[in-house]
Amino acid sequence: MRCTTIKSHLHRSILAGEAMVNIEELKELARKCRVHIVNMVHKAQAGHPGGSLSEIDLLVGLYKTTLRTRPNEPDWSDRDRFILSKGHASPGMYAILAEMGFITVEDLNSYRVLGGICQGHVDMKWCPGVDFSAGSLGMGLSFGMGSAIAGRLDGSERQVYVMLGDGEIQEGSVWEAAMAATHHELGNLNVILDRNRIQNDDFCEAQMRMFDIPAKWKAFGWNVKEIDGHNMDEVVQGMQFLSNSNDGPSILIAHTVKGHGVSFMADNPAFHGAAPNDDQYAQAMEELGEVVA
Amino acid sequence: MTKMAATRDGYGEALLELAANEKVVVLEADLGKSTKSLHFRKAHPERTVSCGIGEQNMLLVGAGLAASGYIPFASTFAIFTERAFEQMRNGIARPNLPVHVCGSHGGTHTGTDGSSAQSIEDLAIYRTLPNVIVMHPSDIVSTKLLTMQLADAGSPSYTRTARNKTPVLYEGRENDIKIGKGVVLLDGEDVAIIACGVMVSESLKAAEVLAKEGINATVVDMHTLKPLDGALVDRLANKCGAIVTAEDHNVIGGLGGAVAEHLTANKYAPLERVGVQDRFGESGQADEMLDVMKISSSYIAEAAMRAIARKA
Repeated sequence: MRCTTIKSHLHRSILAGEAMVNIEELKELARKCRVHIVNMVHKAQAGHPGGSLSEIDLLVGLYKTTLRTRPNEPDWSDRDRFILSKGHASPGMYAILAEMGFITVEDLNSYRVLGGICQGHVDMKWCPGVDFSAGSLGMGLSFGMGSAIAGRLDGSERQVYVMLGDGEIQEGSVWEAAMAATHHELGNLNVILDRNRIQNDDFCEAQMRMFDIPAKWKAFGWNVKEIDGHNMDEVVQGMQFLSNSNDGPSILIAHTVKGHGVSFMADNPAFHGAAPNDDQYAQAMEELGEVVA
Repeated sequence: MTKMAATRDGYGEALLELAANEKVVVLEADLGKSTKSLHFRKAHPERTVSCGIGEQNMLLVGAGLAASGYIPFASTFAIFTERAFEQMRNGIARPNLPVHVCGSHGGTHTGTDGSSAQSIEDLAIYRTLPNVIVMHPSDIVSTKLLTMQLADAGSPSYTRTARNKTPVLYEGRENDIKIGKGVVLLDGEDVAIIACGVMVSESLKAAEVLAKEGINATVVDMHTLKPLDGALVDRLANKCGAIVTAEDHNVIGGLGGAVAEHLTANKYAPLERVGVQDRFGESGQADEMLDVMKISSSYIAEAAMRAIARKA
């Protein structure tokens, strides 16, 4: 398939009503989500807090300003798709799904619990609002490409957003998809890259240097924008860039800090996939402005 | 003279007929000329997605399409589907998305390309995945019919087709073909030969040899390895009391494995498995390879004699 470029997308960013975006409200929502994340991981005594805390400002910006969904009708066929390819960072996604009303805050207690809808890695068969069964890195962009082609075949202007981790792009299959998406001129396909500089074992720089990441995506023909992924003004502008760049696939490279918001987790490879103990939990809650009973 | 045709052409014909369903899309990885999806591409370029030489991406593009209501048919060589096994496992089978993967050029019968192209493990590995239908049809007619039935299957599948021509068996018998149902091609009471793919016609030849010895063999085309037609295996065990499986595939985990697993848990009958003896192939003509691998008709006949000798 090699079709003409998708026709100019309607400008439908919520920034159409610029005054409507309340950055302070988004920041407060991100704070609440961070509390959910730490709660989930502490309760389960397992999971991935670091990448959830690095991605959460991006998820808040995406869901609150850009993504067209119907929380009371999660399978609405013409919804925008969001694919969390770094599926282990599921607490972040469950937190925003709960705040958006796809699931309840009580559902968050089912994280990693037998029979719970909040499976260890996000799973489309288990949790409303989840569009992709993730957990194995390097798969989401290809799935997103298929979703984007489906949207084009349907004659729909719906958009597909895929979140990748920076360590994840070490998987070669990501670049198969990156090349194919440009070949097929998929202007409705968008990536948000959570550039938190840490992967499972250590800093990315130690595990596998990736050199000039923006240049790589540019060389593959993608529209590229870089932002500070914890500056909510920039996050909102970044989402606007994605939804308005439709002449080809686009990537928002968000520079983030793994574990952002909790001092002892921040920029600390130890909290890629580890839960806080009770003392650490109390400290985290205090830092996040929550009073623990 | 027996009419000959390649099963991969049956796949190509099926895609063309399936095109009437607007939800059917075809995915290619630079081997459409070989797997025979090229005819669909020519007729329906807007519904054909070239994934270049990138099988991992191709299978998951299929998953994304299936999750949005499309029915993707993706093909490449059997051997190259295997590099995307984890994509098949995690991205397709696990969420039970109806992506239909066709691996052509399967088995040592593939011939002179040699061992790198002769998949002898594809049926085994896909059989281990929950939700996945696994098929290896024997002729062009059944391949076409089974492929067309997949569009309504609602679950993912893997189908192996063959590069080289095999005898046409089902002209006029189209109604016999149904996913999950083995076909009794020859009825005898002394031994049952259960075969798939190119080995079905070899088994019919073996039955002729056995008939000259006064042995009446049943020959079954077990085109669907999963779900296995266990009820038919039970009937054969009861009726014949001795079973042979025949496949152009490793004896580990394929049709022989499936039948063995079934027999151990149900009605027992001695079983001889004809297949590739856990070794890799080499370059050779298709017919030569069946002899080198010791899976041609004479080896099937010998196995039948051994199975009969083991009857209690």
